[in-house]
Amino acid sequence: MKTQNNKGWFFVLPVLLLVAFNALIPMMTVVNYSVQETFGNNLFFWQGLDWFEQILRSERFHAALGRQFLFTGSILAIEVPLGIAIALAMPRSGFWVPVCLVTMALPMLIPWNVVGAMWNIFTLPDIGLLGYFLNHVLQIPYDMTQNPVAAWATIIVMDVWHWTSLVVLLAYAGLVSIPDAYYQAAKIDGASNWAVFRFIQLPKMKNVLTIAILLRFMDSFNIYTEPFVLTGGGPGNSTTLLSIDLVKIALGQFDLGPAAAMSLIYFAITLLVSWLFYTLMTKDDAN
Amino acid sequence: MQKRHILPIVYILFLMLPIYWLIAMSFKTTGEILSGFSLFPQELTLDNYRVIFTDPTWYWGYFNSIAYVTINTVISITVALPAAYAFSRYRFLGDKQLFFWLLTNRMAPAAVFALPFFQLYSAVGLFDTYLAVALAHCLFNIPLSVWILEGFMGGVPKELDETAFVDGYSFPRFFATIFIPAIKSGVGVAAFFCFMFSWVELLLAKTLTAVAAKPIAATMTKTASSAGYELGLLAAAGTLTIIPGAIVIYFVRNYIAKGFAMGRV
Repeated sequence: MKTQNNKGWFFVLPVLLLVAFNALIPMMTVVNYSVQETFGNNLFFWQGLDWFEQILRSERFHAALGRQFLFTGSILAIEVPLGIAIALAMPRSGFWVPVCLVTMALPMLIPWNVVGAMWNIFTLPDIGLLGYFLNHVLQIPYDMTQNPVAAWATIIVMDVWHWTSLVVLLAYAGLVSIPDAYYQAAKIDGASNWAVFRFIQLPKMKNVLTIAILLRFMDSFNIYTEPFVLTGGGPGNSTTLLSIDLVKIALGQFDLGPAAAMSLIYFAITLLVSWLFYTLMTKDDAN
Repeated sequence: MQKRHILPIVYILFLMLPIYWLIAMSFKTTGEILSGFSLFPQELTLDNYRVIFTDPTWYWGYFNSIAYVTINTVISITVALPAAYAFSRYRFLGDKQLFFWLLTNRMAPAAVFALPFFQLYSAVGLFDTYLAVALAHCLFNIPLSVWILEGFMGGVPKELDETAFVDGYSFPRFFATIFIPAIKSGVGVAAFFCFMFSWVELLLAKTLTAVAAKPIAATMTKTASSAGYELGLLAAAGTLTIIPGAIVIYFVRNYIAKGFAMGRV
């Protein structure tokens, strides 16, 4: 039981100050830009909510948002079931467990632009391992810089390569916490593999899977560096996800007002969907 | 070997292929890379690594990254420990709202903050210092550390605190000599995550630095575009950025599964 003690505020004060410095001041800058027009020279004019209206009606924003949902949806649909399947198939104890865990965690500790550069080298049509294999061994024409389908397949496979391990490690942590007695009881009852999975393993993994899905949603929805390095948003605009588009507007075109309005809408969507996921996945706990 | 182990084995092979290719490329000469496909380096060369270890812009990039990652990890853990203690032991006005607000910062796209961060850190005179990047990365590492540590602290019975206070321990002494050792695997895991997210992040690190504190990964993009497309050099630099991560994982290998579950299994 927690005790009522407002002294707690002193303990959280350093955290509050540091995070507020980093979150509130930049956020206010963004809000400030989002309602003004500038022609440079630090001259600003009140614009009201025009930028928000313009962004919400813009086809370009709708297209980027659509691509973003397609990307996030695809990687969640692949990474979550695949991660669970791999965690189920891993040994529970012995020499190979740390070997598996260390090798699986490795991709997550590589700087994001190195991940992009690495996949670029890996997929070059004539000198990359994958590119060469597809083009010259399987005879499938493959060039990520020309073909939007190939570019999409590549960024999705890259994300699966990069982040499936997060789901594996979380699901595995849930699995090893199940006492052996549960399995023995299931065996005595003659439960099928599916029944064991559905009624013992899945409920035990629920908390960690909630964390996995939330983290994967947030991070994939905000993804920038890896696809930017790999495809630059191309060919054309076919892989221009939300963050890539935002940086193009803000730093490429220097349209600060629309970029700021887009930032706030973007952040609001991320918050809303995260909250929806969280509420849906923890709904049963409340009952 | 059982049949069900095939899936993890295939998965690990899939993970290792691009890494192998990066390492193989780093040992090839530019001539060999451009002349066509070869599965193994034909004439093993260390030239790419020699360039990196003799050119200050390269090896300083490496030190710069390690410097700001270390500072960030120390700051994040130091301030997150008491905060996590408060969240795990006390109820106070607005605690739930504050905790949720902290977590929302984990959801903010870095791209949203790039330009305001540049202006903010220029205004306070920290632009192009280790401290700027370290503080900026606190945005997502402090909330994460508080969250992980709070999970681990929840697993320590409250009786431990009460007994210590009855025994006459002052709060700071109890916290430093009894409580922190009791959750040291949690501290290790939180430090691992801070290291990881600060090491891999580039957008903010690149925005907040110019020369003096430029991260290795940013040096890579710059060099790759200015000096033609030197794939071997790029691959060597990339290979070197994998090493610190590999060392850190090796140290936490026994806590890694629990750590990824953040003490909440």
